[in-house]
Amino acid sequence: MLEIKDGKKILTTPVSAEDLKGIRMGDIIYLNGSMTTCRDVAHRRLVEGGRSLPVDVRDAAIFHAGPIIRPLGDDRFEMVSVGPTTSMRMEKFEKEFVEQTGVRVIIGKGGMGPGTEYACSHYKAIHCVFPAGNAVVAATEVEEIVDAQWRDLGMPETLWHCRVKEFGPLIVSIDTEGRNLFEENKIVFNERKEKAVEEICRQVGFIK
Amino acid sequence: MGKQEQVEKLTRYMADFTSYISKVLPDDITAKLEELAAKEDGPLSKVIYDTMKRNQRLARELNRPSCQDTGVLQFWVTCGAEFPLLGELGGILREAVVRATMEAPLRHNSVETFDEYNTGKNVGRDTPTIFWDIVPDSDRCEIYPYMAGGGCSLPGKAMVLMPGAGYEGIVRFVMDVMTSYGLNACPPLLVGVGVATSVETAALLSKKALMRPLGTHNENERAASMEKLLEDGINAIGLGPQGMGGKYSVMGVHIENAARHPSTIGVAVNVGCWSHRRGHIIFDRDLNYTITTHSEVTLSCLK
Repeated sequence: MLEIKDGKKILTTPVSAEDLKGIRMGDIIYLNGSMTTCRDVAHRRLVEGGRSLPVDVRDAAIFHAGPIIRPLGDDRFEMVSVGPTTSMRMEKFEKEFVEQTGVRVIIGKGGMGPGTEYACSHYKAIHCVFPAGNAVVAATEVEEIVDAQWRDLGMPETLWHCRVKEFGPLIVSIDTEGRNLFEENKIVFNERKEKAVEEICRQVGFIK
Repeated sequence: MGKQEQVEKLTRYMADFTSYISKVLPDDITAKLEELAAKEDGPLSKVIYDTMKRNQRLARELNRPSCQDTGVLQFWVTCGAEFPLLGELGGILREAVVRATMEAPLRHNSVETFDEYNTGKNVGRDTPTIFWDIVPDSDRCEIYPYMAGGGCSLPGKAMVLMPGAGYEGIVRFVMDVMTSYGLNACPPLLVGVGVATSVETAALLSKKALMRPLGTHNENERAASMEKLLEDGINAIGLGPQGMGGKYSVMGVHIENAARHPSTIGVAVNVGCWSHRRGHIIFDRDLNYTITTHSEVTLSCLK
């Protein structure tokens, strides 16, 4: 479901393809509901190992992240600190991951590549960036850790299934048309860089 | 005070200060982030800077490390040969890191190479890293603790140019790093450039440059002008906060230099992320301390 509250665009899981239709690259959104931390080895197990994910992420969100968790006893846990990790590491697996799991929202850091662009446009999903370095903000937006699977992977790689409240800000970097903010920015950045290099080089001929 | 007592006191101070810098940014960085935030007007830049500000406030209130990646600890030490704990200092800093890791708590970021296991204490073979400068005829000790995170360590690069490449080659080298790895290293960045004779001399200087307070300049006029040219040039790329686009890219560019072999130009670049967690503390021989990077800190009150 997509709603606008106090000027904030808020997605609540379950998220449908329809909900994502009006969301564009560069938009700022927030997430309510189901979000599961999911990174390197979990992607590999699903795609290369052919194992199914023990948490149902269909129409929900995954977060490329490795948190610091505090055990509270009785199989309950608290999110102390959590921040996004580089999404590009999962690029190799993400197309197949989205196809198999039906995940709608992928959250991480930095851009992703053509495989994810394809998945976002064909299976209707989005990739978003949570501003990195803001681990305390992110942790306080996790209301509860409702489940923990594949614990054999250790604290950073366990699938921490969370219930989140207005989790964000999330900046949409790939939308359901496959437009990619980072790739489009890179072209502009490189053009500006060439111009700047030329200008500086005219002024640093110190070896005569 | 007996030797044992002095060792314990200095260990306690350094453990507390290390914990503290994981939670509160230095005054110069905080001020610069505020200045840059005020100059950006795009909606993305605004929301990112607001989040950073809220994060730093929450980190202080909840007494938690502000970023989950608390890095590998590095200490830049300038120690007088007459400082009473010179011989003990290496061991003291190691123990301080173990304590801070448990108390802050810091993330476990020390993986033994080849054996490939995480020691779980942030200490390992030669970590924390300690860089030494020994000063004759002095009895005081200056320490810069620094948290080198993974994201901002990744862009680090060094190479040796042929003199034909000139200072123009240095410019190209630095600028290319900005649009490749720099983008993902959590801008606005502090960029450190080392210009020397070989990879290791340049690399060391490029990191040392990151310890300098913002707003300071290289004492050589040409080097200082190149700092300004690079700062303006990288800002013109418009990486913006988090590399998502904006008017500015950097908090500053610092160049440190040494003489070179006539046949080589060693160059290196190192970056600090927006969450530039470095401190600076000076001890006298009686362990009275002065902190220059963070105001309003009293170490005995810290936990």
